[in-house]
Amino acid sequence: MIELRDLHKSFGDKKVLQGVNLTIPKGESMVVIGGSGTGKSVLIKCILGLVPPSSGVILLDGEDVAKAERDAFLARFGMLFQGGALFDSLSVWQNVSFRLLRGSLKRPKAEAREIAIDKLRRVGLSPEVADLYPAELSGGMQKRVGLARAIAAEPEIIFFDEPTTGLDPIMAGVINELIREIVTEMGATAMTITHDMTSVRAIADKVAMLHDGMIQWTGPVGEMDNSGDPYLDQFIHGRAEGPIESVR
Amino acid sequence: MNLAATFLARIGAPVLAFLAAIGRVAIYAAEAISHIARPPFYFKEFVQSVISIGYFSLPVVGLTAIFTGGALALQIYAGGSRFSAEAVVPQIVAIGMVRELGPVLVGLMIAARVTSSIAAEIATMKVTEQIDALVTLSTHPMKYLTVPRVLAALIVVPLLVGLGDIIGVMGGFLVGTKQLGFNPTTYMKNTIDFLEAPDVWSSLAKGAVFGFIAALMGCYYGMQAGRGAQGVGRATKSSVEAAAVLILAANFVLTSLFFST
Ligand SMILES: Nc1ncnc2c1ncn2[C@@H]1O[C@H](COP(=O)(O)OP(=O)(O)OP(=O)(O)O)[C@@H](O)[C@H]1O
Ligand SMILES: [Mg+2]
Repeated sequence: MIELRDLHKSFGDKKVLQGVNLTIPKGESMVVIGGSGTGKSVLIKCILGLVPPSSGVILLDGEDVAKAERDAFLARFGMLFQGGALFDSLSVWQNVSFRLLRGSLKRPKAEAREIAIDKLRRVGLSPEVADLYPAELSGGMQKRVGLARAIAAEPEIIFFDEPTTGLDPIMAGVINELIREIVTEMGATAMTITHDMTSVRAIADKVAMLHDGMIQWTGPVGEMDNSGDPYLDQFIHGRAEGPIESVR
Repeated sequence: MNLAATFLARIGAPVLAFLAAIGRVAIYAAEAISHIARPPFYFKEFVQSVISIGYFSLPVVGLTAIFTGGALALQIYAGGSRFSAEAVVPQIVAIGMVRELGPVLVGLMIAARVTSSIAAEIATMKVTEQIDALVTLSTHPMKYLTVPRVLAALIVVPLLVGLGDIIGVMGGFLVGTKQLGFNPTTYMKNTIDFLEAPDVWSSLAKGAVFGFIAALMGCYYGMQAGRGAQGVGRATKSSVEAAAVLILAANFVLTSLFFST
């Protein structure tokens, strides 16, 4: 379980997070939605400790993340970055099994490659892709390699930053199903950021909407459509008119 | 009063910023050194760095050294002939190359070639979130990126300097014997008899220090890069500037340590 308590983050004068309170129960799929630039990616990076929060507390299974042993903490997480963040000096399969080729999870090269090819298949990529380099792939393919890398070591908690943007509708469907599977079959806890409402409905157990640096609304996905929250309504129906300003 | 305060602030702020920058670099250097000794050590990355820093720098080092040695011989001959001291060409070329020009020129070439490419590569990784990705994959950027490069430069640059010294002396030898009429055997003998062990050791020691500076500055500015393509450009420029200046400053300090008696 991940708990965020009164999380603040500013870059200089720019206030991005202004008191985020959110609980992500173990084994559930939380989807975070919100306008572009509201700080969704920053939120995930704060939890992972990639960006130090200005104030507030992050608890993982009741323990303060700031005091946790870094390596053991990170070993529990997988992360898909919004831009893929593949290592361009390594081939695709070496990217996917990066964690399995060194450190505490190290295994024989052949086995690591097997696992990489299996994970690539799960994100809809053929084994031929394994020996290419990231620069030789399309944007959507890079995204899927990033996804394969995030799940390669079968982490307990996985963050997906816009897993389906840049994918065709069929591939987006495959990825939505995969994320759902990871949560239901492997029992992983997932936090997904997306703008794609089809994705939200396919992936989420719970939904949280970030607006103005705070959680504007959170609840089960089933209650999303009749929440009575004007911000959420405007967002899920994609209306230009409403309480959310269109120039931000 | 007000004017004086403004004036002092004008001077004070950059001085403080400069000192703070030196402090940050020193802390980074100490951290890098402390990580060299602690596992894990990424051997494959180290070997790759040795090849890219050492092997691929050979042409540029060789060319720089041979032309410099040749020019040095011509200058010393021309200068020496003003007081009939043309005969000292082999000795002065040897001392000039080995003690100063070899290490300094190789150091500067490494700053141009290696520092810039390290900084650009690491800055690009920073800007495209690859450094963040490394961290989430439980890999310490300092160990995976900085240590292999710094250690490789520390070991390989002295060898490049040694090679540069030899090629520089050979450049002088070629010009001396082909153009200035020196006898090859005497030229070689004069060179070898004149050089002393401390000349050579100091040369290699300078190489190690310059290699360390060059790789460290590349890594440091790469990791500090701001956002976007502009961030990469700035990191690269600053890293080469800092490496070149620090190499020249370190050279002065080392020369006065080794040779001022
Ligand atoms: N390292 C940083 N330095 C300065 N500002 C930053 C930094 N990272 C993010 N920001 C700012 O924080 C705000 C939130 O950024 P973030 O990337 O979290 O947005 P987002 O909600 O993920 O948007 P999108 O849906 O477009 O990905 C932006 O205004 C951005 O400019
Ligand atoms: Mg984002």
